[in-house]
Amino acid sequence: MAIEARNISKTFGRFTALRDVSLEVKEGELLALLGPSGSGKTTLLRIIAGLERPDPGAGTVLFEGQDVTNQRTGERRVGFVFQHYALFRNMTVFENIAFGLEVRPRSQRPSKKYIRDRVRELIALIHLEGMADRYSSQLSGGQRQRVALARALAIEPKVLLLDEPFGALDAKVRQGLRRWLRRLHDEVHVTSLLVTHDQDEALEVADRVVVMNQGRIEQVGAPEEVFHHPASEFVMDFMGSVNLFHGRIDSGKAVFGQLVLDHPNSAGADGQAARLFVRPYDLDIHPQHNGRPGLRARVERVQSAGPQVRVELVAETGEAVTVEMSHVQYRDSSVGPGDSVYVSLRDARIFMEDYTI
Amino acid sequence: MRPRTDAARHDPALLRYGLIFVALLFLGLFVVLPLIAVFAQALEKGWGAYWAAITEPDALSSIRLTLLAAGIAVPLNLVFGLAAAWAIAEFQFRGKNVLITLIDLPFAVSPVIAGLIYVLMFGAQGWFGPWLNQHDIKIIFAVPGIVLATVFVTFPFVARELIPLMQAQGTEEEEAALVLGASGWQLFWRVTLPNIKWSLLYGVILCAARAMGEFGAVSVVSGHIRGETNTMPLHVEILYNEYNFAAAFAVASLLALLALVTLGAKRLLEWKMRQDYADFTATEGAEG
Amino acid sequence: MAKHGFKRASILPGFWPTFGYSVLYLSLIVLVPLSAVFLKTATASWAHFWRTISSPGVVASYKLSFGASLAAAAVNVVFGLVVAWVLVRYRFPGKRLVDALVDLPFALPTAVAGIALTSLYTEHGWIGRWLAVVGIRVAFTRLGVFVALVFIGLPFVVRSVQPVLEDVDPQMEEAAASLGASRWVTFSRVVFPLLRPALLTGFAMAFARALGEYGSVIFISGNMPMRTEITPLLIVTRLEQYDYAGATAIALVMLVASFALLLGINLLQWRSRRYAEAA
Repeated sequence: MAIEARNISKTFGRFTALRDVSLEVKEGELLALLGPSGSGKTTLLRIIAGLERPDPGAGTVLFEGQDVTNQRTGERRVGFVFQHYALFRNMTVFENIAFGLEVRPRSQRPSKKYIRDRVRELIALIHLEGMADRYSSQLSGGQRQRVALARALAIEPKVLLLDEPFGALDAKVRQGLRRWLRRLHDEVHVTSLLVTHDQDEALEVADRVVVMNQGRIEQVGAPEEVFHHPASEFVMDFMGSVNLFHGRIDSGKAVFGQLVLDHPNSAGADGQAARLFVRPYDLDIHPQHNGRPGLRARVERVQSAGPQVRVELVAETGEAVTVEMSHVQYRDSSVGPGDSVYVSLRDARIFMEDYTI
Repeated sequence: MRPRTDAARHDPALLRYGLIFVALLFLGLFVVLPLIAVFAQALEKGWGAYWAAITEPDALSSIRLTLLAAGIAVPLNLVFGLAAAWAIAEFQFRGKNVLITLIDLPFAVSPVIAGLIYVLMFGAQGWFGPWLNQHDIKIIFAVPGIVLATVFVTFPFVARELIPLMQAQGTEEEEAALVLGASGWQLFWRVTLPNIKWSLLYGVILCAARAMGEFGAVSVVSGHIRGETNTMPLHVEILYNEYNFAAAFAVASLLALLALVTLGAKRLLEWKMRQDYADFTATEGAEG
Repeated sequence: MAKHGFKRASILPGFWPTFGYSVLYLSLIVLVPLSAVFLKTATASWAHFWRTISSPGVVASYKLSFGASLAAAAVNVVFGLVVAWVLVRYRFPGKRLVDALVDLPFALPTAVAGIALTSLYTEHGWIGRWLAVVGIRVAFTRLGVFVALVFIGLPFVVRSVQPVLEDVDPQMEEAAASLGASRWVTFSRVVFPLLRPALLTGFAMAFARALGEYGSVIFISGNMPMRTEITPLLIVTRLEQYDYAGATAIALVMLVASFALLLGINLLQWRSRRYAEAA
């Protein structure tokens, strides 16, 4: 089911959580709402779910083109998975999952047999056979979250909304569940919205990613696009580590200390401040200047314990620079602490005051 | 085992035994002895006299009245407690703390004053006195007055147990139920109520025990009419003032048994109640 | 919904019915009747009011009620601390039973406590007879009032201190011991300061309860005018004489004192909670 949020604004007292946010969710896709805390992603999710209402007159929510902004949450047929599970502590796993079906009004309530079969099906889906009679206090965190998911799916929701579902779990458990969620989505094909502050999670799991910051949407796009073609400084900085250099525009070139780059689109912007963002793996280390734009730096530390080798350097202008390279590259380069080297650039983004290039 | 810990907090044996002795002596003197005295004095004249004392018509009617007053006060305060706890725990509104403090007021008021205020309202010279007289309705010196005074003194018991518990439990489960399509009542019966059942039970027991044991407030409004407006505590007073000690203690022993039942219930429920407060995030494990 | 209105918007149902009913019930049962005391006093003349609350018998009762309550609460602070310490720190047979019994004065109906205490402390009573040998009379004296008030205030201090004592971080005491402090120094300078707010709260609650206490006291006090009459009793006697105005006047004094205490206790608890959070 396609969802549309139009011009949603929401304030809590003096705090503005959402500023005129609009978003379209395609039928059947898994969309991630990514951002730091306070970005408004959870608020947006809860408004779509019906757990909050937008400020009066400030926005509409549409399900398949129908305005549901003022529809009660119970009538929207959405499945919601809470960050802290919110399992009913006084009910068994079975009763939790069956809840949504059992509270339907008489006329719409399925038979006991139907409910029983459906719940058993879901319990098998989440691989918790044999635990139907357990209480949530007897389950691990990962198991509880799976029950929460099954409970949401039991009512055959038109859309699945997950609020940082794996936030409270151990790293390993989180990774496993992440993959499991993606496989589940491929099987079940319910339109899903996932809120997370973990960019690895968003990139790994989602069809499209929505990056949010301070109540606004910064960028919407496929994971590759958001990562490799960030639309703003915030997005570039938020997604993965980055080296930042400060400089300015001078006659068609962007100048960052020794590093001078041609910047043909900057006519008339002389004197403006500019910021250079470079990914650590887009930098190469050479013993000498190799004709490409770059800067001289001295190696301070080499961290080779990890999947990549991280070289920490200090530029002649005093800025800290981090370069990442594979172990093979590192061996071939034979650099060590104290060495004076030339760091060259392969790819970078320049952001000016109000422009993005 | 970390022996160093114990050593650091280890009080010398002499001090330990000394303090335990003092504590037990103090409690023995002030708590245990009076309790034993009640039963000892009740049985002073033997089981026959004991039985006669508690089955005597005026005693029986005092028991009936006590049960009636409690039987009305407890459900009323139960409904109030649930309503107040729901409004306070599940919603944010201005003046919440004022409301909570006001609910505690009856605790701060002397029982005698609790009776006085109803006399001021419904007594012969009270606000409604003349009107009640005209319509031949008796509140003071009659059963309704006793019920009112009892309701007042037991007013906060259920609410006080429920409010902190429901506040601690938060609103997430209720929200989850709403998203799944539950109506307000379904939410309350299936989700909220089971989560508070032990504290609710305890609150009801406290409320009932206090309702049956109340003396000062009821004494003021009752008029002490034998066989009509005497609750058990008042009946005890009458017997005692007539120097009918064994009978007075006999009836008193029933109330003492009630107190012991209350204590037993507290012991049994305490562990269950602590579970209601349990925070689930404490049990994260490495397994998936 | 207004941003700074009365209530934050919520999707949970049932606010107005439950809130409305609670406020209505509270008003009818508690607030309106209590206001009767204040309104009634307002109609009486100031002179009459003053005469009543400053008459010798009444003033004597203030001294007794106030003094005995204060003394009883103080005793409970000392012994309550000992009992709490023993229950939390030591192990001995029957400890759980003892722990349960601490609540008895709270659970036992006041009239039952009253006659039980009286029977113990009269000259032929189990305790009274021993004290009589030494020439101490408890029943029907001020000492009797004091004893009864110690009884009913007992649980307040113990139950106030227990949870705080249970939460004391063992590492603090270990640190003090490792720095060379004796047990007494560790207690007085490390542990006791943590207990002070709870002791204060327990004291205030025991004191407040004792001030208004009626049933436990009137049997053992003997109710002798100017000597062993407690203030609540004077309210009752005025009522029995149909002197509503007089009873109300005295009640007003008591209410003001009770509310002041209630406010003080709430402030204390609020402050200690903030102190605990900052720690």
